[in-house]
Amino acid sequence: MQEYVALLSKYFIAICMAVYTLESFLVFRFKQEEARRGIYLRQTILIFFIQFAAFMTLVIKSGDLQYLLFYGIVQLMLFGIIMITDMIYPRANRLLINHICLLLGIGFIILCRLSYQRALKQFVIVILSMVIAMFIPSLIEKWRFLKGFKWVYAVAGIAGLSAVLIYGQFSHGANISFSIFGITFQPSEFVKILFVFYVAASLYESTSFLNIAFTTVFAALHVIILVVSKDLGSALIFFIAYLFMVFVATKNYLYLLLGIGGGIGSAIVAYHYFKHVQVRVQAWLDPWTYIDNQGYQVTQSLFGVGSGSWFGMGLMSGNPDTIPYVEMDSIFSAICEEMGVIFGIMLILICISCFIMMMNMALLIKDNFYRYISYGLGVIYIFQVFLTIGGSIKFIPLTGVTLPLVSYGGSSVMSTLLMFYIVQGLYLIRQKEERNGRRKKRRPNREQRYRRETETIPPEDDLVFLDRETE
Amino acid sequence: MITTYLVVATFLGMVVYLCYFVATSEQEVLNNSFNSRQEILIAQNYRGDILSDKGDKLATTTLDSEQNETRVYPYGEIFSHVVGFSTHGRTGVEAASNYYLITSSAPITDKVVNDVAGNKNPGDDVYTTLNTHVQETAYKALGVYDGAIIVTEPATGKIIAMVSKPGFDPNTIDADWETLTKDKSSGKLLNRATQGLYPPGSTFKIVTALEYIKENPDTYNNYGFQCNGRFTLGDSKIQCYHGSNHGYVDFKSSFAKSCNSSFANIGTKLNKVAFRKTLDELLFNQELPVKFVYGTSSVHMEESLSDEEIIQTSIGQGKTQITPLHLNMITCAIANNGSLMKPYVVDCVTNSNNSIVKQFKSSNYGKLMSAEEAEILRDMMKSVVTNGTATFLKNADYTSAGKTGSAEYNSKGDSHAWFTGFAPADNPKVCVTIIVEGAGSGGDYAVPMAKRLFDAYFEEYPINEE
Repeated sequence: MQEYVALLSKYFIAICMAVYTLESFLVFRFKQEEARRGIYLRQTILIFFIQFAAFMTLVIKSGDLQYLLFYGIVQLMLFGIIMITDMIYPRANRLLINHICLLLGIGFIILCRLSYQRALKQFVIVILSMVIAMFIPSLIEKWRFLKGFKWVYAVAGIAGLSAVLIYGQFSHGANISFSIFGITFQPSEFVKILFVFYVAASLYESTSFLNIAFTTVFAALHVIILVVSKDLGSALIFFIAYLFMVFVATKNYLYLLLGIGGGIGSAIVAYHYFKHVQVRVQAWLDPWTYIDNQGYQVTQSLFGVGSGSWFGMGLMSGNPDTIPYVEMDSIFSAICEEMGVIFGIMLILICISCFIMMMNMALLIKDNFYRYISYGLGVIYIFQVFLTIGGSIKFIPLTGVTLPLVSYGGSSVMSTLLMFYIVQGLYLIRQKEERNGRRKKRRPNREQRYRRETETIPPEDDLVFLDRETE
Repeated sequence: MITTYLVVATFLGMVVYLCYFVATSEQEVLNNSFNSRQEILIAQNYRGDILSDKGDKLATTTLDSEQNETRVYPYGEIFSHVVGFSTHGRTGVEAASNYYLITSSAPITDKVVNDVAGNKNPGDDVYTTLNTHVQETAYKALGVYDGAIIVTEPATGKIIAMVSKPGFDPNTIDADWETLTKDKSSGKLLNRATQGLYPPGSTFKIVTALEYIKENPDTYNNYGFQCNGRFTLGDSKIQCYHGSNHGYVDFKSSFAKSCNSSFANIGTKLNKVAFRKTLDELLFNQELPVKFVYGTSSVHMEESLSDEEIIQTSIGQGKTQITPLHLNMITCAIANNGSLMKPYVVDCVTNSNNSIVKQFKSSNYGKLMSAEEAEILRDMMKSVVTNGTATFLKNADYTSAGKTGSAEYNSKGDSHAWFTGFAPADNPKVCVTIIVEGAGSGGDYAVPMAKRLFDAYFEEYPINEE
């Protein structure tokens, strides 16, 4: 009986996930938000199907009823997120909300299976984050003065990072966190957001060479502090985000090439001066030779993915506990092992869907400040996904960053939720821009002319790729 | 826009990489001894059987009334190295097919029944290419001698038999482990057929002859040499085996009679750089395309080699070392028009209902030499049987070809007896390589064993009359 249920639910979960992913791309076919409602609803149902099948497997396989209780509260929370967001912000982007719930849900399934205590802790943090996050879209929409606070962001960011450097406790080879009242913070997760705000505000003021040089000095300061703290994963994320934000603001390929050149240069320097960079590169190039040493984490992670194969070993049937830091760095391998590589690939596609949405927002928002923010957050998000998944499957060296919304880590999940709700706020701003634009009957720009010609004047067709360079 | 495309392209690359990884390495990943997930499978399923080509059980798991598992090897010592053991680490087929043996592909209905009854599922069975009759013949043929025998099919790469002596009884491996590992001198756990490194002796003349043909494709037949039992060049001197005096020999009879003096003379005429290239093509000093543990054959051949060394190397003495497996692969390539089929021992994997889960196919490694060169060598090897050192095979029901060797391994002139060859001579079906340690001449000791093995093979797999 157990076997049947486990096997069936394994395939059922994979199918639900595949359909969900397919629909998140099919949604782009409809321009009217009304027409999309049906898809959103189906997606929501699929999320709950996946949750149900997964938690039932956990309960049946383990015979432990505490999973049932946890299942109940997680469902209530996910349902709450969808309902409350919809009530407060009826104009919010539903696809993004669905994605948030799906990713959080997957995280809870796998965390619960790995460590019930940690899943419970994560749950409390998510609730707390959601309470804060619910205010964010309206604040973003109302507080238009945010673009003037460039120095606040820079000073707060650098102060936050320096604090860790000075007081930080030692945690796996890097100074990245510190504790207050027993709660461990990882400030770099929050400074990411401040950093994007700083760069956006600065580039909004001016994209002259002088200002960019000036901004680069402060951006570099962030990165250098992170490097000194040995948090190379975050340093890389900050660096890439800055590079691409400058590129999108100036549209100058020279900056991009210069940045990439500088990046490669510093990577070589880092390789020669940091022992733990050498170790990671070595572990990446040839983990099998150092299998019982520096290659251990990568190979155990690969064992997880390889053993799982296409459909996974089934929840509770694998052995992901052998992977070091599995809840943080290698959660993707645990997911592949028990839920299958097909499920893993769908997960990657959903992350890309989130990213495309942020890029679209960046394309359509007219206010450059918000445009850069959307763009910066999108790059940070997807680059982090790339680092963690690529690292677990030996596509790139392992850097030890979390998979946003899925991995265990209070700071990570909270900052990512804040990021996603900032994006929701930007979405509201964009719609307002559009309504104002129509009311004032401004000279039609190319985008509006195009719409008039095709006679579809959808209110919320944010997901059509349109080139607005000639604005 | 460009960022989006860049990101999508990168992730696409990552997904393709992930799929490639899963599609290609599942087996290897699960078989790695550092992968603790094997323990899960072992806890769920009991180990499947290892079977011969005709279904004889070579290794099986028996359950007592309390469902305790015991691994039983009905043939004891006969298959000890090739089948291997699964406690104290794993060796042989037990190691190579471990993943299949502990995985159960039993139908889900059976699994549910076992699940309810609280029993383990039966692991998958592994059919090998090994033949019980040929293996037993090989085991008996070696008799009291230490050594190794390997029997393969040149057209497919199937390993029909593989024996190494001295052996051990895998049934009592747990009890014998202490003595087996302490006893360094006899090396009972070593599979001499794949890991034993021996001087090739006169069997290496196949390689020297091949190089001479390559360098003199039109004129090799014009070669002639007056043998007076020894060959001197400067201070270096070698003798023919037991000081025999072969008189005038041409290229073919030098080979058939295994004239050391003549081959030393040939050796001095060879281009060392070209010889090196030929040796590389024949996989000397290199990895072999096989999936089991083996030793790497070594030979020294560079510009700086002294006359003494080149003479010694040409007749298979000196520093040259080869495994019986490697010599067998070269012989197979000669028998198979120059192209080598990768040797393999696992034929297919079946589930408890005897339906095939995975079928392994023969695969071609590529050419070790041209078809013309292979044909010339076949012709020369035939003459070894018709009027050379292996005439014991002349009166068999089938034709055969080969090369003997008597490899000296100490200063007293004691030698290992070698034979490598195939039958039938013109349409080779089976290839046999034999080494008998310290026995004496290949013609006297190894060739009669080869005849017994050819006989046994044709009894099991008769040649079609058509």
